[in-house]
Amino acid sequence: MFDASAHDAPRVGFYICHCGSNIAGTVDVESVAEFAATLPGVVVSRHYKYMCSDPGQELIQQDIREHQLNRIVVASCSPLLHEHTFRHATAQGGLNPYYFQMVNIRENVSWVNPDPTAATLKTKDLVRAAIRRVAHHRSLERKRVPINPNVLIVGGGIAGIHAALTLANAGKKVTLVEREPTIGGHMAMFDKTFPTLDCAACILTPKMSAVKTHPNITLWTYSEVSQVDGFVGNYKVRVTRKPRYVKEELCVGCMECVTSCLYKDARFPDEFNQGLSKRKPIYIPFPQATPQVVLVDPDTCIQLKSGKCKKSCVEACERDAIDFTQTEEIKELEVGTIILATGFQVFDAARSPFYGYGVYPNVYSALEIERLVNASGPTGGEVLLRDGRTPKKVGIVHCVGSRDEKTNRWCSRVCCMYSLKLAHLVKEHTGAEIYNFYIDMRTPGKSYEEFYDKLLKEGVHFIRGRVAEVTDWARSPEEEGKLIVRVEDTLIGVVRRIPVDMLILSVGLEPRADAQQIRRLFNISCSTEGFFLERHPKLAPVNTFTEGIYIAGACQGPRDIPDTVAQAGAAAAEALTLIDTGYVEMEPNTAFIQEAECSGCKSCIPLCPYKAISFLEDKKKASINEALCKGCGTCVAACPSGSIVQNLFEDEQIFSEIDGLLADVAGV
Amino acid sequence: MSHHTTPQSAPGSGNGWEPRIVAFFCNWCTYTAADLAGVSRMKHAPNVRIIRVMCSGRVDPQFVLEAFARGADGVLIGGCHFGDCHYSEGNYKAARRVRMLKRVLQEMGIEDARFRLEWISASEGEKVGMVINDMVEEVRALGPLGLPTRFKEWDREMEAFAHAAEAEVKEVAHAG
Repeated sequence: MFDASAHDAPRVGFYICHCGSNIAGTVDVESVAEFAATLPGVVVSRHYKYMCSDPGQELIQQDIREHQLNRIVVASCSPLLHEHTFRHATAQGGLNPYYFQMVNIRENVSWVNPDPTAATLKTKDLVRAAIRRVAHHRSLERKRVPINPNVLIVGGGIAGIHAALTLANAGKKVTLVEREPTIGGHMAMFDKTFPTLDCAACILTPKMSAVKTHPNITLWTYSEVSQVDGFVGNYKVRVTRKPRYVKEELCVGCMECVTSCLYKDARFPDEFNQGLSKRKPIYIPFPQATPQVVLVDPDTCIQLKSGKCKKSCVEACERDAIDFTQTEEIKELEVGTIILATGFQVFDAARSPFYGYGVYPNVYSALEIERLVNASGPTGGEVLLRDGRTPKKVGIVHCVGSRDEKTNRWCSRVCCMYSLKLAHLVKEHTGAEIYNFYIDMRTPGKSYEEFYDKLLKEGVHFIRGRVAEVTDWARSPEEEGKLIVRVEDTLIGVVRRIPVDMLILSVGLEPRADAQQIRRLFNISCSTEGFFLERHPKLAPVNTFTEGIYIAGACQGPRDIPDTVAQAGAAAAEALTLIDTGYVEMEPNTAFIQEAECSGCKSCIPLCPYKAISFLEDKKKASINEALCKGCGTCVAACPSGSIVQNLFEDEQIFSEIDGLLADVAGV
Repeated sequence: MSHHTTPQSAPGSGNGWEPRIVAFFCNWCTYTAADLAGVSRMKHAPNVRIIRVMCSGRVDPQFVLEAFARGADGVLIGGCHFGDCHYSEGNYKAARRVRMLKRVLQEMGIEDARFRLEWISASEGEKVGMVINDMVEEVRALGPLGLPTRFKEWDREMEAFAHAAEAEVKEVAHAG
């Protein structure tokens, strides 16, 4: 392999990409290419329509061979997008890939600086900087780091369940950590799923049981990840397991303890049923909960609160599974990859007070209605008002906490479809007149528009307009006790008053309240709305900027079950790719110490967050452990003797970049 | 504030001086945010040239001094918010260095507004444009820094001083 050393006189090949009209529409690419040709060391200077295309890459490779180029500079899009493409092309041409430098003139210039003169001038500065920088590049090798084949999945909703089963079926060991006492997530609360109207539990619970019984899956419910250290392939994770006060391995879910509890009647709000029913202090969240293990709520259990209960539950348990001495348990595990599937929370409708949620008892959130229509829900599947009557008129308000400047600006994607589903189900259960209040009907998806058509034919009313106000201000005796919905019907241009018995608020999906803490824990980013940020919105939708950490499901943005499952599969495939490759190649941007220059002052040692720098007592010199160094360069910037070098970001490289940027400033 | 002003004249488009600002953006937050600004086509002033570093903690005070010495009218450092650093604490180190460096720059007569540290997360594409436009206007109001020219003046001053000292030494020797 032809390889140039850093001391060879640079023979630079420069390429500027038109990117169709994305760059060339603003930047005068021809004049930049002419300009670059005049710079010292530049042997070839070209402009080309699409540098990332095969012919574009081929151009670089040919030129390397024909003109004995030893440095390559490409001015095109962001290095975060195509740096690896051009490094690869450089390597294919026979050069070490690190003799390449990229200039970002699309995201940083043409897309943000519309003035062609200014954009061209800025491009020339950036190009000159890169051409000066690349002269100082060196040949580098990528280090291979082995991948621990075990996977951690955080979140046991449908996304986490699907990803866990996919990986486990491929023979990988998976630990699934779920915060709640059972897996199943939001999907377990739904009655039917759109547009097929198949029962959510019927398709979900077999997968939940499969998770529990799979030999390759360790399931830790009622647990939370509390610490994450390490890097791709080698993460060390600490999981906090909350006490259930029940020995999981002994409990068989017979519920004898629940029956015998001192509280004869259930009297505490049942979280799973959205508070629409009651549970006891010792309980199982729902009949198909997985694992089938009861738990004791320390806030309501008399024994745990006061220690003065006769503990009839303990007596009732034949297996001696109840253990009031249990405490929080910390588990540690080592994994190579992590999939975050932490889901969403529904919008709290009380934040939009004009809908009357929390004020009028018969205003419900959609999730509450999911429980009401569910045969195993608090009413056994009967849709009833709080006073037990069957509603005769039901309104469904779309876009509550979605597409709203005052709350959440985004479309939550699933609400139109689940509103249609609930319209169908409530009509089926009660025979009521149903009114949908919508802004736009959004039903993209396989068989979704057809489902909307079906609802139109079922005689459900659709009123296009945003609901302004919900009150109980009756104007006639018939309206007494009803909810009055004031809405502008924008299709006929009048403001209407529609009295209903029940109002359902189609609440949107939003990031979980602690999404920011979670992303910090895992060292990933959030997008503006607060959902986890993907590496690329189109081409790397389940990857994050942290290698080996993937995202799946609604933690990345609102999505329905089919899309969530597809994404979970994609995340599993990404993890599998790493695992089956067996190693990952690390960017060689680590730092090292030039021993001869080191004065042994130890300034660098406390700066390193990874404890990668140690002091060699015998030599009185600092030393960097390359395996621990993550390449931030903080120590390099602090070294008073300039003895630390960061590969790819050497002082000389950055200084020459600075000088290149400013070389045309008058007075220099 | 000048957040919503669009740049009037472009550097090089006329004889008018245009501020030249060198920016050091960390790979994970601010550089990604600048990419987001690009992808979202959020226009901003063309006066800032970005240098990508892995972490704001990599920014050696000498880089900042070099930029000013070579003729930059302003230097901008962009990193992750506290608590968000990809390398857990590089941004804290950057913040400390910036505070110290600001004192040095003050001594040199470089105005505070010419050197700025901003925390811009990967999702804050809009903030990139706001910070850039704001800083360009502030630096524009201050006018050119012209450190290279000043250096030349200082050099001449030093030369004259050296000549005078030399002459004095000779004189003393002669008298002796």
